[in-house]
Amino acid sequence: MAMAQDRKIPAPTPNLETQAFWDAAAQGKLVVKSCTACKELHHYPRALCPHCFSDKTEWKQMSGKGKIYSYTVMRRAPVPYAIAYVTLDEGVTMLTNIVDCDLDKLTIGQAVSVVFKPTDGGPPMPMFKPA
Amino acid sequence: MTIKGKAFIAGIFEHPTRKADDKTLAQLHAEVAKGALDDAGLGIRDVDAYFCAGDAPGRGVLSMVDYLGLKVRHVDGTDSGGTSYLIHMGHAAEAIAAGKCKVALITLAGRPRSEGQATGTAPRAATSDTPEGSFEYPYGPATANMYALCAQRHIYEYGTTSEQLAWVKVAASHHAQHNPHAMLRDVVTVEDVVNSPMIADPLHRLDCCVISDGGGAIVMTTPEIAKSLKRPRVKLIGQGEAIKHPMGGKVDLTYSAAVWSGPVAFAEAGVKPADMKYASIYDSFTITVVMQLEDLGFCEKGKGGRFVADGNLISGVGKLPFNTDGGGLCSNHPANRGGLTKVLEAVRQLRGEAHPKVQVKNCDLALAHGTGGTLSSRHGGSTVIMERE
Repeated sequence: MAMAQDRKIPAPTPNLETQAFWDAAAQGKLVVKSCTACKELHHYPRALCPHCFSDKTEWKQMSGKGKIYSYTVMRRAPVPYAIAYVTLDEGVTMLTNIVDCDLDKLTIGQAVSVVFKPTDGGPPMPMFKPA
Repeated sequence: MTIKGKAFIAGIFEHPTRKADDKTLAQLHAEVAKGALDDAGLGIRDVDAYFCAGDAPGRGVLSMVDYLGLKVRHVDGTDSGGTSYLIHMGHAAEAIAAGKCKVALITLAGRPRSEGQATGTAPRAATSDTPEGSFEYPYGPATANMYALCAQRHIYEYGTTSEQLAWVKVAASHHAQHNPHAMLRDVVTVEDVVNSPMIADPLHRLDCCVISDGGGAIVMTTPEIAKSLKRPRVKLIGQGEAIKHPMGGKVDLTYSAAVWSGPVAFAEAGVKPADMKYASIYDSFTITVVMQLEDLGFCEKGKGGRFVADGNLISGVGKLPFNTDGGGLCSNHPANRGGLTKVLEAVRQLRGEAHPKVQVKNCDLALAHGTGGTLSSRHGGSTVIMERE
């Protein structure tokens, strides 16, 4: 057993393009940018869609459920932690941490759900725990 | 227009230092420049084009052209991490072919070891205007764990094993024993690698490259000037470059930018992977080598683990001798950027100037490939193919 311990998480810096993402996070909601022209989701959020370059993008709330695409446990750190790519059920993949878990029991394909963790003086970060 | 045969690698130099606590960064750049020009039989006044990347101090080409006392008519400060210098080679050849310059100098130097950098394990903060910064840095992306994400997926998709990855390091160590400048000269076994401390699953300490000071330089020139010099003639016959990234969330960690840069370079050169007598492959981590070998076409996708096993990368033993100086895994990784030193050993092989114990017989065709940045997020790839004339 190697239960993930809380670590000090650096604060993200919201900007004009991403403020809505962080406002949603503060309310416990995971939102992703969606393009009304090509219907594709993208992450991290941009004003212009990186798939078709349309400027008609809008925010969509995600279910918060997904699967681990890949992960690793950073052993050589003051507090070991799991970093991962999680593919949301809606299809977009994001870099994240897997938390509230046994670091030695993670697997690729494992179902996870979003949880928001406080940061060092900024809005919370979306992370995932075993579903 | 093609660059095939339009530019020659006239001079190379690798700084022998691995810990430069007695030298400045700019000084290291100057020392490798001098070394490569001496090797070519050219002087600093012959240089009319200068190339450097993010490792150069100050304002890049502005600071360094001033510091070196150059007068140039062509500059390029393209930075894509450790592969920058292989991109510079292609761009230098284009400029030479277009008549924009005649003698191009490319330098790399760094002193992360003297500065005590925790290169692979400490997350590096992005500047606040970096668009991806807030969506990555808080999660603790360091170099080692971000490469480990690719290794984990490779194991999951293809059944690659830690023992297979370890063979990359074993081969590098067999070569490094003959390099008096290498940081790590002891031959290691697969067991040594898989029993070394875990850094980020599945990468052990010995799956990771060294942290070293040092640098290197390359001088490129026209066919006419190359013919007037006394050194063996090595020409660039193909080059490709590409940037791969997370594609707005359509992440696929099974391949690198080499899938795009490799075919371009091979097509320009008119040769195939099987024609290569020697390959320098960027070895930031063992997984980097396995993925690049697949992506460049040395073996099928997913079979890289089997390809590197059982000593297949050891000179004189296996089918594809690689990194015969010990590479980044054993010799050096100046400025945390291993692309330029890959070119240097490939040129030594083509000149017949590698260590006799690792020199490939009749080595007339060689490849060097670099991967710079972060394999699982955004990285550059550049492939250069060189031929001895």
